[in-house]
Amino acid sequence: MSNEAVLQAESAIATHHEAHGEHHDHHHQETFISKYVFSMDHKMIAKQFLITGMVWAVIGGLMSVLFRLQLGYPDTSFPWLEDLLGKFWAEKGHITAQGYYALVTTHGTVLVFFVLTAGLSGTFANFLIPLQVGARDMASPFMNMLSYWFFFAASIVMVSSIFVETGPFSGGWTAYPPLSALGDASPGSKTGMDLWLVAMALFVVSSLLGGLNYIATVLNMRTKGMSMTRLPLTIWALFFTAVLGVLSFPVLLSGFILLIFDRNFGTSFYLSDIFLTTTNTALPNEGGSAILFQHLFWFLGHPEVYIILLPAMGMVSEILSVNSRKPIFGYMAMIGSLFAIAILAFLVWAHHMFVTGLNPFLGSIFVLLTLLIAVPSAIKVFNWLTTLWRGNIRFTPAMMFAIGFVSLFISGGLTGIWLGNSALDIHLHDTYFVIAHFHIVMGVASMFGMFAGVYHWYPKMYGRYLNTSLGYIHFWITMIGAYLIFWPMHYEGLAGMPRRYYDYSIWESFKNFGELNRFISTVAMIVFAAQILFIANFFYSIWKGRKVTTLNPYGSNTLEWTTPINPGHGNWVGEIPEVHRWPYDYGKDGKEYTSQTTPVGADESHH
Amino acid sequence: MSTSTLNEKGKRIHPHKFLLWVAMGSICMMFAGLTSAYIVKRNQSNFLEFSLPLVFWYSTLVILASSLSIQLAVKSFKAREMSRYRILITITAILGVGFAALQTMGFMNLESHGIHLTGPKSNASASFILIIVGLHALHVLGGVVSLLVMFLKAYFSTTKNYSSIPIEVVSIYWHFVDVLWLYLLVFFIWIR
Repeated sequence: MSNEAVLQAESAIATHHEAHGEHHDHHHQETFISKYVFSMDHKMIAKQFLITGMVWAVIGGLMSVLFRLQLGYPDTSFPWLEDLLGKFWAEKGHITAQGYYALVTTHGTVLVFFVLTAGLSGTFANFLIPLQVGARDMASPFMNMLSYWFFFAASIVMVSSIFVETGPFSGGWTAYPPLSALGDASPGSKTGMDLWLVAMALFVVSSLLGGLNYIATVLNMRTKGMSMTRLPLTIWALFFTAVLGVLSFPVLLSGFILLIFDRNFGTSFYLSDIFLTTTNTALPNEGGSAILFQHLFWFLGHPEVYIILLPAMGMVSEILSVNSRKPIFGYMAMIGSLFAIAILAFLVWAHHMFVTGLNPFLGSIFVLLTLLIAVPSAIKVFNWLTTLWRGNIRFTPAMMFAIGFVSLFISGGLTGIWLGNSALDIHLHDTYFVIAHFHIVMGVASMFGMFAGVYHWYPKMYGRYLNTSLGYIHFWITMIGAYLIFWPMHYEGLAGMPRRYYDYSIWESFKNFGELNRFISTVAMIVFAAQILFIANFFYSIWKGRKVTTLNPYGSNTLEWTTPINPGHGNWVGEIPEVHRWPYDYGKDGKEYTSQTTPVGADESHH
Repeated sequence: MSTSTLNEKGKRIHPHKFLLWVAMGSICMMFAGLTSAYIVKRNQSNFLEFSLPLVFWYSTLVILASSLSIQLAVKSFKAREMSRYRILITITAILGVGFAALQTMGFMNLESHGIHLTGPKSNASASFILIIVGLHALHVLGGVVSLLVMFLKAYFSTTKNYSSIPIEVVSIYWHFVDVLWLYLLVFFIWIR
């Protein structure tokens, strides 16, 4: 009995159709509000997440351009900056120190949570899960809508923190106490931090509501014949992402609750023996431990990087297979490695804390567990490369970004082996080497996964194509730019250049990197400009792009391409198709592709 | 023949029930985070030791009684004894509020004995009680709110709904917060 039948049967015994009205979309009128604003259609919610995420990406990206301006040109004055941003951010044409730290902190928070968590899995889990598993909508469309609106509320609060007098929080995206716990510690720790905490609490609620739904939908709402081992890898990846989020975000929330009590109610969870020079007072707090926060934070914080990365991995697997016209290599190994990564994600958090005074013996265990992640990661890379191997490759923009993802994942992953080593970490901790590592492997790589997903599924989202030529320009500038920005940072980091410094030109040891920093900043601006090109392409194509004329433009096997070109709420007209095979029958028996809905022929072996 | 899938099995868990189970896993992680933070903190210096107020035992009896009453409510709903059902969920909701009130009395009891839960003179060991027990009480009150919704539905809804899924979902959650409280009580007695 399909899930739809369960729900239908239930509403049939109710004397009124009210309870499950969303399954009878043909009958009721949609208003502008119910269609575009408080929509319960997973496809519309996905678009809401995507566009909000894009707005955030522009804000966060612009912030990085601003602080790169300071790092690249510490001696140059830009009077227009003060006119534009005001005295708090840019006094006398220089980004202020307080402004710089606020920019760095907000850039980190926004990109990690608002863009690469909500914008990435919010978009693609919402969009792809019901379409690819063959469901009319999520397990609870209402909770799904709430998930977006909690995210929206979190966004509003976070944006408003940029405009308060003392500025947004400025103690780094990790919000370590005591800087985050004491309002008197810095201007950014005052109202900005309160708003930061409120925004993040709302964000956690949003992620949990979303994650619960994704898990329940994948496990409960699959169409007839869609066994777990017939799911596209996108769904497997989004499923593990949701599991990670649901198990780790509550722990972050508990850490935040303790922090809120330390900030506002005088408790001493994280605070002990503190003398504040700003107010010249010794605080009464005793017995707290700042390291406790780090444990709670990184227990989320490490799974979080996989929450960011796994959706990209899943989409890349799908896109590589479709555009190589070959089955994905090692389907079960791909699932197994996703599973291994999801388990290990919870067991490695202390590698962020090697230099906090962690017991070296404990450290060595975390080194071992951390380096173990190299195994599933290498399996995945091997499988992607072998999927490409001798494939009949179509270099669509989505495919370019997917291949770019593999390249970035390899070059960023290798430096992870360095950083996972507690002895090397003593030297590399808090240097630009770390920045280079995580930006390539998690930041840019996941962005590439997201771009690949947008280029690939855009025709399904809007019934039109993105402009391909602009797509190629976007790809090459971003790809080359990303390497030009982050490769030199490895070198700076190895030379000992610490992160989070406001001005390197006053340090004798780091003065000689002035030219290099200027180079990095220049490339960063060019790459940012290329993203504006993408956004222009995105919005132009919604209304003016080339129309999709065939149901299945890529010759793809998965279920989303069996829906109408512009699917309504409910996705399929009539019955949901039944699934008979796995999604990767490309080039089988001389046929270019065989849709999942094609019954297994008499001459075929068992699937 | 194709392999049999979850979908083809006769009896399946309702999606809303399944959602609840995942959500309960999520709530468990939050309390696991807090209780492990408590253990970490306890092994460090300056951790005040005191015995739990007696009121927490009374509240345990109250929440156990409420679990019983909600179970009876589900039973009477399925038997379509609607007036009995309404009385039972009302009793459950009142017991839930009573539970939260008793927990609050427990906090006041500690304060009155000079064990400060917040403020400059507080000790993390007492603050943990406030946060962990308080968060649990909030979860119980969340259950009360959903009971209130059920109650209003039972009285004012113009449509008759014969589906027992919503009340079953609430009752599973109710038993869950009950068991969660038993865990917390045992935890606080054991790890002092």
